[in-house]
Amino acid sequence: MIKNRSIITIDDISDDDLNEILTAADEMDRSLKSKKKINILDSRVMCTLFYEPSTRTRLSFESAMHRLGGAVITMADVKTSSVAKGETLADTIRMADAYSDIIVIRHPLEGAARLASRFTSKPVINAGDGSGQHPTQTIMDLYTIKKEIGRLDGLNVVLLGDLKYGRTVHSLILALSKFNANIKLISPPSLRIPEYLINRVKNKKSLEILDTMDGNISDADVLYVTRIQKERFTDPNEYQSLIGSYSINNSVMETMKKTSIIMHPLPRVDEIAPEVDQDPRAAYFRQAANGVPVRMAIVAKVLGGI
Amino acid sequence: MEQEQTLKITKIKDGIVIDHIPAGKAIKVLSMLNVGENSRHTISLAMRVRSEKRGFKDVVKIENRNVAEEELSLISLIAPEATVSYIEGFNIKEKRMLKIPEVISGILKCPNQNCISNSKEPVQSVFRVINSNPLIAKCDYCEREFKGNELLGKQ
Ligand SMILES: [Zn+2]
Repeated sequence: MIKNRSIITIDDISDDDLNEILTAADEMDRSLKSKKKINILDSRVMCTLFYEPSTRTRLSFESAMHRLGGAVITMADVKTSSVAKGETLADTIRMADAYSDIIVIRHPLEGAARLASRFTSKPVINAGDGSGQHPTQTIMDLYTIKKEIGRLDGLNVVLLGDLKYGRTVHSLILALSKFNANIKLISPPSLRIPEYLINRVKNKKSLEILDTMDGNISDADVLYVTRIQKERFTDPNEYQSLIGSYSINNSVMETMKKTSIIMHPLPRVDEIAPEVDQDPRAAYFRQAANGVPVRMAIVAKVLGGI
Repeated sequence: MEQEQTLKITKIKDGIVIDHIPAGKAIKVLSMLNVGENSRHTISLAMRVRSEKRGFKDVVKIENRNVAEEELSLISLIAPEATVSYIEGFNIKEKRMLKIPEVISGILKCPNQNCISNSKEPVQSVFRVINSNPLIAKCDYCEREFKGNELLGKQ
């Protein structure tokens, strides 16, 4: 049961919680499609505190709260608010505690959401901290895989791109390993998955660390692509020379199974060519759309609406 | 044998004796106790003394000084098998084994520069000990796991 509990890492979600959330997200999705009014969080208030921009995550949380009949308050701009005047996160959270029923936070420092949860009795939802966790994104990814493929267990999953800094992939790897996935991790050597994360995966035999897509994606059920940021390289030529080998276009798609799907946390830049968007296996826009029903399910469960 | 070797250092009247420090770590122990140029206490130090238990060990004796619990838990991180004896009038008043605490609060900085516990928030650092020897501890905030040398490197 996640009622009245903070969701800081994916470990805060038990297998039962996850199943309940996925089922509830399906119901939310159906209600949204049928345009049915859902007023289960009438008069409840969500406070969103985004210390770094993430339009997609913020809008999907705020949309989810509005769709549930609740209200949203937000810190307009970190640059002009009390935070800019040097207020600690602890003090900002004490204020948010007084004004709202649930706090959603995104922060550039690792552990910020955990710290926030220690200064409020209201549930805190981590919407991404540093290179750390982003649990609702993970649940949304799992929901997308289940909806697209029909199951979560025993899949062949390839994660491609920046596996070192990419915050969404870390908790996804841990979650997928619980579902007995065979996971291939393909990245430039300088952007490999950190050692400490590998140590947290229970069945290390299910992980393969690779440098190239060649011959490694034909049996994939899910190809999860992440953005490789130019800023990660001191030499811009290095980025230019390797980005092509980690990008998806129609000729790469030809080597993949007909039943596979391509996912991406968005926004994408060069990693997926626009020509791929027409392919029915391109699931990334559907994945982004799943953010609202999944966050509706999570917020409703945490606030005890369902 | 051990007795004879330990006697290489003078007995002290009042103070503490930290024994069974891993060979070579005595200087590190002293630095954890902030013993330096300006220290006002008389200190005896023996390094690579033969020990029955594990070949060689270091011993530190500090006169007229007590050690705080916090300091002891810090020392336990590099000397998990050390003992501390409290001496009064040449007699051992109390002797105990050091014990690595389950939770290390406030005395170590998180080695992760990007961790919220290193910013100006009103919190202490907190590490949960996952393995005591060799030491592995996990930051309660950023949830990263660190080895002993990473945690103690900058102390
Ligand atoms: Zn930390």
